Amino acid sequence: MAITLKCHKIVGGYGEGEALVSHEAICFYLTDPKTGIIREKGHELEGKSIANKVLVFPSGKASSVVQIDGLFKLASNRVAPRAMIVKDVETVLIVSAVIANVPLVDRLEEDPFKTIHMGDFVKVDADGRKVTVIK
Amino acid sequence: MYLTKEEEQIFNGELGEGTQKAIELLVAIGDAYDAERLIPITRAHAASSGQEGDMYFVELLAKGGASCRVPTTTNPVYDMEYFHSIFEIPEKEAEVARRVKEGYKQIGAILSWCCTPYITENIPLYGEHVAFSESSATPYVNSVIGARTNREAAQSALAAGVIGKTPKYELHLKENRKGTLLVKVEATLKDEFDYTLLGQYVGKQIGYGIPVFTGISAAPATEEFINLCAMLNTSGAVPMFHVPRFTVEAQTVEDAFQGDVPEDKITVTDKELKQIYEELQGASGKIDFVMLGCPHYTLKQVEEVARLLRGKKIHDDVSFWVCTSATARFLAERNGYVEVIEKAGGHVVPDTCIDEPCWHPYRHKIGVTDSPKCAYYRRFKEAVVIRLKNCVEAAIKGEWG
Repeated sequence: MAITLKCHKIVGGYGEGEALVSHEAICFYLTDPKTGIIREKGHELEGKSIANKVLVFPSGKASSVVQIDGLFKLASNRVAPRAMIVKDVETVLIVSAVIANVPLVDRLEEDPFKTIHMGDFVKVDADGRKVTVIK
Repeated sequence: MYLTKEEEQIFNGELGEGTQKAIELLVAIGDAYDAERLIPITRAHAASSGQEGDMYFVELLAKGGASCRVPTTTNPVYDMEYFHSIFEIPEKEAEVARRVKEGYKQIGAILSWCCTPYITENIPLYGEHVAFSESSATPYVNSVIGARTNREAAQSALAAGVIGKTPKYELHLKENRKGTLLVKVEATLKDEFDYTLLGQYVGKQIGYGIPVFTGISAAPATEEFINLCAMLNTSGAVPMFHVPRFTVEAQTVEDAFQGDVPEDKITVTDKELKQIYEELQGASGKIDFVMLGCPHYTLKQVEEVARLLRGKKIHDDVSFWVCTSATARFLAERNGYVEVIEKAGGHVVPDTCIDEPCWHPYRHKIGVTDSPKCAYYRRFKEAVVIRLKNCVEAAIKGEWG
């Protein structure tokens, strides 16, 4: 079954992959830059990898320098997410996505935390302003 | 977002790849916030950092032929000549720092290498629209000066400096500059360190927001404001605050909230300040270093260090560092403060941030600082946060506690 949802483009491009859903904010600096594994103590996704996934999360966190450098290092090592779907966006997250060249969208026509589940296959077409979820 | 004809040309790459990349970033931000258009800015401050992400973006713009259209200052990296003469710095790290410095030079930034440019090298006036990144800089120019900036990242501030514009959103609009919660200060604020503790506590409590402080009875000094700004925006994400009568945009609490009733309220007494101080303590005993100047010390603070050290000798096992701007360093030298500090065995360095690889030799060392922001970066095994006068005492004795 496939569902297609309209979205709002923030950073353009196309990316697809398995969904990784986090209900907690993400700090890219607290992932292993070589593997993309989340190292943040006590994080609900601690030990899981964000590499080549479509990351669904509420917001970024931490200082601008570490957040941007964190995602940039993941991208340099080719273990960044393929695309990102976010709820509350702010300047630092946008800059991180632009620098790392990761498509970023928000405002899905349905709540992504209800529609997208761990392991769904998700296609994010930021330029076409649509997200396709394959269950 | 609406783009003028010239902005469209830049966006389409007709004026080069560097400006194209810069405007792409501004448009992404503008679209995310539903900004209607870009507005001109008069100046910018890029919180350059000597990290790889920073290097990538400044080189991308500079190699693409971009250069700053409005005065754009830079944050500290480190004084390479000075540190390379005394420490081994890993070549890979040194290479990044060199390229960052070269990139900002090529792009025509003002090479201030200073995190408090708003008091000397790059001072906005009331009401100016600007793009200032850096934790103390954003709240300082918004609150103390009354210029208007969003909480920028280094790269968005640089892009704004290159284009000379920023998207019109959030704190560029008066209605978004109103207070979001009331902070009743019942604690006694004796010195600039108490403002550090106040900022650390309030930032941690509220996270994001625009606090309005009441109960501060005397006008805070520049250094007190700097510390409050730095900590509010490190332990929290506070881009602006009001202290009615003492910050420029509000004479009364009602002004500060633009007539709205505050959503929320917190009270800070001596007990909360004591509690936050205790959280910043650690092991007592021998220390290896003293780290001062995060944010960069003003000339007045360097003078105070010299006053405390005059005729004294720093313990042989302690390295003593004061980080400041090149401007303040120059005047401190002229006024004889540097000589006093060096005679006592300390260093006064310009252009240097406490979060840089030049401090590599101290990564397993224990020390003291007067800045929780310095401790937060975790460049050291441990950095206990205490008042300046205690830092100097510890430096002389070689131990703390």
